[in-house]
Amino acid sequence: MKNKCYKGEYKRGIKKGLPIGLGYLYVSIAFGMMAATGGMSPLNALIISMTNLTSAGQFAGIGLIFNGATYIEIALTIFIINIRYFLMSFSLSQKLSANVSTLKKAIIAFGITDEVFTMASLEKEELSYEFMLGLITLPYIGWAIGTYLGAATTTLLPGSMQDALGIALYAMFIALIVPAIRQSRAILLTVLIAVCFSCIFKYVPYLNNISSGFAIIIATVIAAGTAAYLFPIKEES
Amino acid sequence: MYLFIAILVMAVVTYLTRVVPIVFFNKKIQSVYIQSFLHYVPFAVLGAMTFPHIFYATNNMLYAGIGTLAALILGYFGRSLLSVAVITVGVVYCCNLFL
Repeated sequence: MKNKCYKGEYKRGIKKGLPIGLGYLYVSIAFGMMAATGGMSPLNALIISMTNLTSAGQFAGIGLIFNGATYIEIALTIFIINIRYFLMSFSLSQKLSANVSTLKKAIIAFGITDEVFTMASLEKEELSYEFMLGLITLPYIGWAIGTYLGAATTTLLPGSMQDALGIALYAMFIALIVPAIRQSRAILLTVLIAVCFSCIFKYVPYLNNISSGFAIIIATVIAAGTAAYLFPIKEES
Repeated sequence: MYLFIAILVMAVVTYLTRVVPIVFFNKKIQSVYIQSFLHYVPFAVLGAMTFPHIFYATNNMLYAGIGTLAALILGYFGRSLLSVAVITVGVVYCCNLFL
C-alpha cells in the first residue's frame, strides 16, 4: 500500500471522481441560475461555490442572504444543514491510511461531500491522500464551471422563464425527499413533522415573527429528534 | 460588505463541520440516538426548507402548486434531480405562458 505510485493513486481517484464531476455540473448550473435569479452576480455565485462546495448548504445560504438574514442565522443554519459532514468526516478518519499528515487531512476535509464520501466509503483498501485528492478534483472543477455557466446565462432569459426557474431548487429538494420517503416510514415521519413545524412558523401569529433560518433549525431539531427517538438506527447499516 | 461577510461565514462554518472530526477525533460516535439524529437531519432540513416555501417560489401560487404536484409525481417515479428540476420549471413556464 505505502509503496504504491502516488501518480497512479491520483489517477485512480480522478477516474472515480469523473461521474461525480459530471453530475455536479448540472446541479451547479441550477445553483448558478438560482443565484442570478435572486440578483447575485456570476462572480459572487462562483466565489460561493469555490469556497463552500456543498449543495444544500449553498442553496439555503443564498436564500438567507436574499432575505437579509443575520450572520448568526446564516452560521447556525449552515451548521445544522452540514452537520452530516461531521459524521462523514468521522467515518473517513477511520479509513485514511495512518501516514496522512494533519495538513493533508485538512486539505482532504474541504472536499468531503455526500457523493465523494459515498465513493470513498466504497473503497476496499484504506484511503491514500493522493487518491482522495484525485477523487475531489473533478467534482470541484465541475461545481465551479457549472455555477458560472448557470449564473451567466440566466440574465439572458425572458422574465417568464426566470420566474419559472424560482421553483427549480425546490423541485430538486422534492426529488431528493420523495424516493427516500418511499423506502422508509421513519423518513416519511421526519419530513412530515418538519413540514408541519415549518408551516406553523410561517402561518401562526407571533410564531411567524421567527426568522426563516431559525424556523428551519427548530423544525429540523424537533423532527430529527423525534424520529431518532422512535426509530433508532442500528449500528452501521 | 454584507454579502462578502455572509459568504465568508458560510465557507468557514461549512469547512469546520468537515475538518474538525477528521483532524481532531479518532473515536467513533457511540450513542445510537445521536447517530440516528444525524441520519434524519438532512431529510428534516429538506422538508422544512421546501414546504410551504415552494408555493411562494414563483409569482403565481396556483402555478407553483401545479409545479409542486409535477415534482412530487416525478420524484415518486424516481427521476433524477436534474430531470425533475427541468420538467418542473417547464411546467411552470408553460403555465406562465398559456394560462
